[in-house]
Amino acid sequence: MTAVQDAPSQEIGRDRRRKEDQRLITGRTRWTDNITLPGMLHLAMVRSPFAHATITSVDTEAAKAAPNVVAVLSGKDFGEELGACINAWPITPDQKAPGHSPMPADRVAFAGEIVAVVVARTAAEARDAAELVDVEYDEQPAVIGIKKALEDSVLAHPDLGTNKSALWVFDSGEAGTGSDVEDAISKARSDGIVIEREFRQQRLIPAFMEPRSVVVDPTGEQMTMYSATQIPHILRFALAATTGVPESKIRVIAPDVGGGFGGKLQTTPEEWIAWAVGRRLGRPVKYTETRSESLMAAHHGRDQVQTLTLAADKDGNVTGLKVHLDADLGAYVAIVGGGVPVLGAFMFNAIYKFPSYRFECQTVLTNTTFTDAYRGAGRPEATYAIERLMDDLATAVGVDPLEIRERNWIKHEEFPFTTVAGLEYDSGNYEAATARAKEVFGYDELRAEQQRRRDAGDRVQLGIGVSTFTEMCGLAPSRVLGSLDYGAGGWEHASVRMLATGKVEVVTGASAHGQGHETAFSQIVADRLGVPFEDVEILHGDTQIAHKGLDTYGSRSLVVGGEALVRAADKVIEKAKHLAAHLLEASEDDLEFAGGRFSVRGTDSGVAIQELSTAAFAAHNYPEDMEPSLDAEATYDPVNFNYPHGTHLCAMEVDTETGEVTMRKYTCCDDIGNIINPLIVSGQVHGGLVQGIAQALWEEAVHDEAGTLVSGSFVDYLLPTAADTISFDVVHTDQPSVCTTNTLGTKGVGEAGTIASTPAVVNAVVDAVRHLGVDDIQMPCTPERVWRAINSGGKGGSTEGAAMPHFGDDGGGGNQEMPGTSSTEGAGA
Amino acid sequence: MIPAQFDYVAPTTVEDALAALAEHGDDAKIIAGGQSLLPVLRMRLNAPETVIDLGRIDTLRGVRDDGDAIVVGAMTTHHDVLTNDLVKEHAAIVHHAVTELADAQIRHRGTFGGALAHADPAGDMGAPALALGAEFVIAGSEGTRTVPASEFFVDLFETAIGEDEILTEVRIPKHTGWGASYEKFVRIKHQWPIVAVAATVRVEGGTIAEARVGLTNMGNTPLRATAVEEALVGAQASEDGVREAASKAADGTNPPADLNGDSDYRKHLATVLTRRAVAKAAGG
Repeated sequence: MTAVQDAPSQEIGRDRRRKEDQRLITGRTRWTDNITLPGMLHLAMVRSPFAHATITSVDTEAAKAAPNVVAVLSGKDFGEELGACINAWPITPDQKAPGHSPMPADRVAFAGEIVAVVVARTAAEARDAAELVDVEYDEQPAVIGIKKALEDSVLAHPDLGTNKSALWVFDSGEAGTGSDVEDAISKARSDGIVIEREFRQQRLIPAFMEPRSVVVDPTGEQMTMYSATQIPHILRFALAATTGVPESKIRVIAPDVGGGFGGKLQTTPEEWIAWAVGRRLGRPVKYTETRSESLMAAHHGRDQVQTLTLAADKDGNVTGLKVHLDADLGAYVAIVGGGVPVLGAFMFNAIYKFPSYRFECQTVLTNTTFTDAYRGAGRPEATYAIERLMDDLATAVGVDPLEIRERNWIKHEEFPFTTVAGLEYDSGNYEAATARAKEVFGYDELRAEQQRRRDAGDRVQLGIGVSTFTEMCGLAPSRVLGSLDYGAGGWEHASVRMLATGKVEVVTGASAHGQGHETAFSQIVADRLGVPFEDVEILHGDTQIAHKGLDTYGSRSLVVGGEALVRAADKVIEKAKHLAAHLLEASEDDLEFAGGRFSVRGTDSGVAIQELSTAAFAAHNYPEDMEPSLDAEATYDPVNFNYPHGTHLCAMEVDTETGEVTMRKYTCCDDIGNIINPLIVSGQVHGGLVQGIAQALWEEAVHDEAGTLVSGSFVDYLLPTAADTISFDVVHTDQPSVCTTNTLGTKGVGEAGTIASTPAVVNAVVDAVRHLGVDDIQMPCTPERVWRAINSGGKGGSTEGAAMPHFGDDGGGGNQEMPGTSSTEGAGA
Repeated sequence: MIPAQFDYVAPTTVEDALAALAEHGDDAKIIAGGQSLLPVLRMRLNAPETVIDLGRIDTLRGVRDDGDAIVVGAMTTHHDVLTNDLVKEHAAIVHHAVTELADAQIRHRGTFGGALAHADPAGDMGAPALALGAEFVIAGSEGTRTVPASEFFVDLFETAIGEDEILTEVRIPKHTGWGASYEKFVRIKHQWPIVAVAATVRVEGGTIAEARVGLTNMGNTPLRATAVEEALVGAQASEDGVREAASKAADGTNPPADLNGDSDYRKHLATVLTRRAVAKAAGG
């Protein structure tokens, strides 16, 4: 036998265009909302306008009488079959968590909570009829905001007796990973530097491009749910666990999913209601949210108050860090809602060698949309806090912010390094990343320009912000998750199927929602098996095809899912080698495998793995001690997280007259180990940066005192577009510090840009005006806040006032009162 | 986001449109480019029984020279205003403002007359039209009437257009040779202005001979800063030269407060932006 074609060139490291993009960008694909089934009915939700109210009555008669309405159901119409929205991560044994019904019958706890569902033959008719459902509420006092919640004077859930859900503590003195932080602080107070800050992590809205959508098909032996979700496997498990349907009777499909950013890492009331209605009526049903519903009721992210104490000696060597977080869970403890801030516990010490550390996280319940994972999930908050503090420390010591970091960071020769939070960082080179970033950024020149502008008293000042971040990604070693009381493991599954024609089907449990898995995974398999890139197909997102998996979040797909893939491919090669030896009548020891071909050393004799695939299919001639199949699977449980890092440098111009901030330059040097596809990495970094920059400058979910989401549309929730950003310098170190715990040496990159950029930007804004007496500006750094900080000190004030109306309910030309116009605080005239 | 059901009529003449308006009365809404009405319908903030589309009335489109004025048809798209040479030459401030209006997609759909009739105080077309002393030609069943800009904007989202009337065209007196600048202050590009200032000036020998200044989003309607205009006459055409006059920009205004800024901040912005806009318009 001879090889059918030349071996392909190396795929790993190639900037392959993403093969999934044509269908994703043109939309000629299966988004959930595109799925239309025979006899399908449509759902519209009736949502509470009140943040906290008891439901007095629900009158559905008018809605039921509307054209083509099939059913109108409220909470009291369902029994236990409705199931419950789960919390998979109770962070303490005594965590207080309210029951979370997908559709409560008696009381609503946030504005946007669902109180009834209308089922009709068309989506428009369902929407029309939803307006006819007459719900009477008895409005209750609502608790909005972390500080109010901590007072416990108004309760989000009166039955619980408190708004405080759980207190989670890590103390290096108690854990034996470091010394006592209080000792360090008291010593620094008498003979060193103590920096105390309170930072606000504003609430954000994930704002994925594709609104959430769910189709339930009860036809046939298995019930099928299509959902725009990141987590089809977890969703299947949760449906089985809470609705009484056996797992074996449930098929979940996440078709192409248009973004998530953690916002689709959820088991949602909408999914559970669609499931219950589909079962009840025995008909396929579809629900697709509007953008307004998405902003109001899909889970929010961040929302913490961080109280921080950093102790250092006079030279700026940090001796201790104490962190107290108050984190707003919203109205319910969502699937990993309590765990998100706790993930930050391991990252506040970042790249530094702190001798002592204490972390406390108090979660609180409020009458707002529940919060949960949002890109970075706990780690951006931690990185923000420590990178802001390190800049403040540099100022206190009077040295460059990069110098203060270098005094404290782990040197490259000190890896592996066990941190004060108890993690073992396997590799890293902060010196190299920083040197490269400085060079590309033109750090020294920009510092010189900054000085010139300060000396000249220019109207527009220049600031330079630093963020030398690391993160833990590749969620997660299952035993670690177990020790944190998380309800599942962190392994991933893959299988490789060698088809009769020599083509390869790869099944992964990591379910992509825009990341480019199909391209990157194909590159890995093409190299591993020595087959053409085009011959590899990646299958995912359907529990009937990819029966095992733990889905996509936490920068895990490549580093955990990719490793499972490598191991499955290696098993295929082992089987193929056995078959090759048999067919070539050679000893396995004499075979070498390269470029997709087994050759007998020192001879012309050989066979390609794709030919072996055909031979195994035919099964005319194979060893007696093997099955006629080359297929293999692997389940990989990571032994450690991995720790990408990088140095991000940002230059911001601040117009001191108006407070306007303008990005001048942004350079990041990320060390993420070996890179499979530089183009995908670049895309992840660019998008990640913009999301992190958006937290620094633009985005904020604001509720008024009554609990109404004021930033309820993109008019007021300022989502940036390409027009608002600059071209970033995205570079990497020449000699990456590869991950030592996976075969490919890769580290996660999906969240890096978001985690690193927020503090770089705010540090730059503060740096531009620090000489004017400013040492903090609250996020987002709006021009008004910057202007106020310059002119009257403080952090620039909170975000208040209602959203600006631009659409009269008359649509123009008429004469009517506009809703939502606020009083004019501070107006002179 | 599905609007409630409505009937749709698309007349081809102004007369037919007026007849449709008379027939459906309060239950009808006029749609021009739809860039404000469609979101309203989709968010179900309004549910008119009938939508009257002016898009097929060809006579409402285009810009023409009319002696001492240019006349812009109400259904002329922002894009067509942007690329029109008459506007560029004789009403430069309108040209500058429309370059800053929303994005290319919206400029191809949205219309000059529709934006003015919508009367959002944060809309970009009101202040330039006011500053130039535009006249609004409004058709009704009794014929047409002309309303000066100073009387056109009545209140928030309210104009002099009656329930049974249609804005057909806007007459803009020629300001040939005047310098212009529209200073729009936003946080992100596709946002309505937090504050914007439309300034256009005629400079003679290095000093300002005449000035017109309009303010966007500094009250319930676009405003004309007449005190600034008067103080500018004779000022040096430079940022320092106009500083004192510009400091009066917020006098007597009562701007809104919202997520993007309180009233006092907007007042401050108005003075800074007026100074910059006037100086730029004056070439200083």
